[in-house]
Amino acid sequence: MPTDTQPSSDTQSKKSDSILVADGVTRKFGGLTAVDVEHFEIQRGKITALIGPNGAGKTTFFNLLTGFDEPDSGEWTFNGQSLHGVPPYKVARKGMVRTFQLTKVLSRLKVIENMRLGATGQRGEKFFPSLFKGLWSGQEKENTDRAMDLLARFKLDAKADDFAGSLSGGQRKLLEMARALMVDPELIMLDEPMAGVNPALKQSLLGHVKSLRDEGRTVLFVEHDMDMVRDISDWVVVMAQGKIVAEGPPDTVMANQAVIDAYLGAHHDAALTHETEEEILAAAEAELEAEAEAEENS
Amino acid sequence: MEWSGVLSGAIEQGIGPSAIIYCLAAIGLNIHFGYTGLLNFGQAAFMMVGGYALGSLIQTWGWPLFPSLVVGLLMAVVLALVLGVPTLRLRADYLAIATIAAAEAIRQVLGSAALNDEFGGQDGRYGFVDGMRSLNFVPSGGVHFLGLDFRSYDFFIMIVGWTLALLLCGFVYLLMRSPWGRVLKSIREDEDAVRSLGKNVYSYKMQALVLGGVIGALAGIMSGLATSNVAPSDFATDTTFFTYTVLLIGGAARVFGPVAGALIFWFFISGLDLFFDKMTSGANPTIPASIMTDDQASLMRLIFLGLILMLIMIYRPQGIFGDRRELAIDAH
Repeated sequence: MPTDTQPSSDTQSKKSDSILVADGVTRKFGGLTAVDVEHFEIQRGKITALIGPNGAGKTTFFNLLTGFDEPDSGEWTFNGQSLHGVPPYKVARKGMVRTFQLTKVLSRLKVIENMRLGATGQRGEKFFPSLFKGLWSGQEKENTDRAMDLLARFKLDAKADDFAGSLSGGQRKLLEMARALMVDPELIMLDEPMAGVNPALKQSLLGHVKSLRDEGRTVLFVEHDMDMVRDISDWVVVMAQGKIVAEGPPDTVMANQAVIDAYLGAHHDAALTHETEEEILAAAEAELEAEAEAEENS
Repeated sequence: MEWSGVLSGAIEQGIGPSAIIYCLAAIGLNIHFGYTGLLNFGQAAFMMVGGYALGSLIQTWGWPLFPSLVVGLLMAVVLALVLGVPTLRLRADYLAIATIAAAEAIRQVLGSAALNDEFGGQDGRYGFVDGMRSLNFVPSGGVHFLGLDFRSYDFFIMIVGWTLALLLCGFVYLLMRSPWGRVLKSIREDEDAVRSLGKNVYSYKMQALVLGGVIGALAGIMSGLATSNVAPSDFATDTTFFTYTVLLIGGAARVFGPVAGALIFWFFISGLDLFFDKMTSGANPTIPASIMTDDQASLMRLIFLGLILMLIMIYRPQGIFGDRRELAIDAH
């Protein structure tokens, strides 16, 4: 496994057993290049963290890989099959399921119905067979049993008959993860699973993410809390301004002062001193003045 | 007219052919809007293609009843595909724009003088229900009970119409308890989430649009059969909005919502009409002409209907059959 973390092209080296490989993926919004990834790989059976500051293009990259957005150029494969131009629902059927940064629970459906929706290959989801309960009730029962097991694992079983819209923010994250598992994906892609979750629940979420790997799934997740990343990930990819700037095992990447300074901020996780606060304030004011001047001149 | 006539008149209208037409249209719209969240503002267009296919095939081209009826339903399928293919991949509001525009466009075309020979211009098609009348088994003297009077053919239409409405309710019930219905409801809540779970959202939205459109065409066909006439004025935009009103009174995404909504809507709209007519008519009206003339009275029903709608929306926004807890949940 490569351990080099220098932001150069030789770090983005081939891995032994990749489940997902992407090359030359770019996405432009007008003049802004939101994503420009030369090479990206996810190793099978590992937890890969995708980190970077806000606006680095992590979620856009996520959307591109899962078919929710179309890139301007690039190729990527999942288990050797090209996913270019494949619509999101087919991507999911191939075994690559994502969650969303802003959780998307189906509010006015019960928790258990949210779960049942995730099951694949349902006979009752076809128009004519759906009219005859006998054709799908057996499968429905199997799916319900599996859903209840998963809900129990995520400690949501008591909520099975509540509307999903009545869940708290953290419970919604759990439900979304559990629902994704109903698809039985090989690769599960979590977009900021810890965002807006209280610290106690974060620990349990981390446990759940680890358990996904332990049952043989591959996990890719987006996060910006470095401590979380350090705890659970096997491999860390750092993105900034649309590009991958470094990758490696968490300790190596995080020890890289350049990465920390440039992409996570020099003061990450450290309380600001009085002097630095003043400095930041002064810089901000100067910037505002410059803007105001520019506006007057224009 | 006696005061009891106001009540019986309102009940006759409340369960009469007009209520059936709006009930059927609302059952279709319920599949679009209530279950799948599709903003179809052109339900009148689906009714129109159904009704006009029936009327013009029989009157202009001399077809028999049943083949015309089948073509009417197929036309709704075609319309749904034409509207759905370009818009269902886009954001929800595009369907709303496309449907409301298409409904008006089709109405203008069918009512145009250039197509007078085929579709009869503003008069539309009429007198094409001989085939239906020949099936009438209700005694020719009509039906009278509990102070209500129905003409023979009207009562026949009511039997056919309400039977059809109840069958469709059963059909909707079967669909919506199934995993297929679950996918539709999930699309209403958040279609990206449904996509991320491997469902072909576009296909389901199209199925819903076609199914609800075909039921809308049935409503248009019933309208033609009940009144023996299809004309452009029957399918104006207010037809769609009355259908929404019926649906919301009953409660969206409820199997019997359209039935209850249609009964209540037509009971009130005709009851209010008869009431104000009674109050202002005669040599010595209860409401003197200095306050309100009988011409003005005919508009009162819409004012009061608006008021009743507002009260329902404020105090029972979920409709008659809705679940308030469900409504209390923020959609996102």
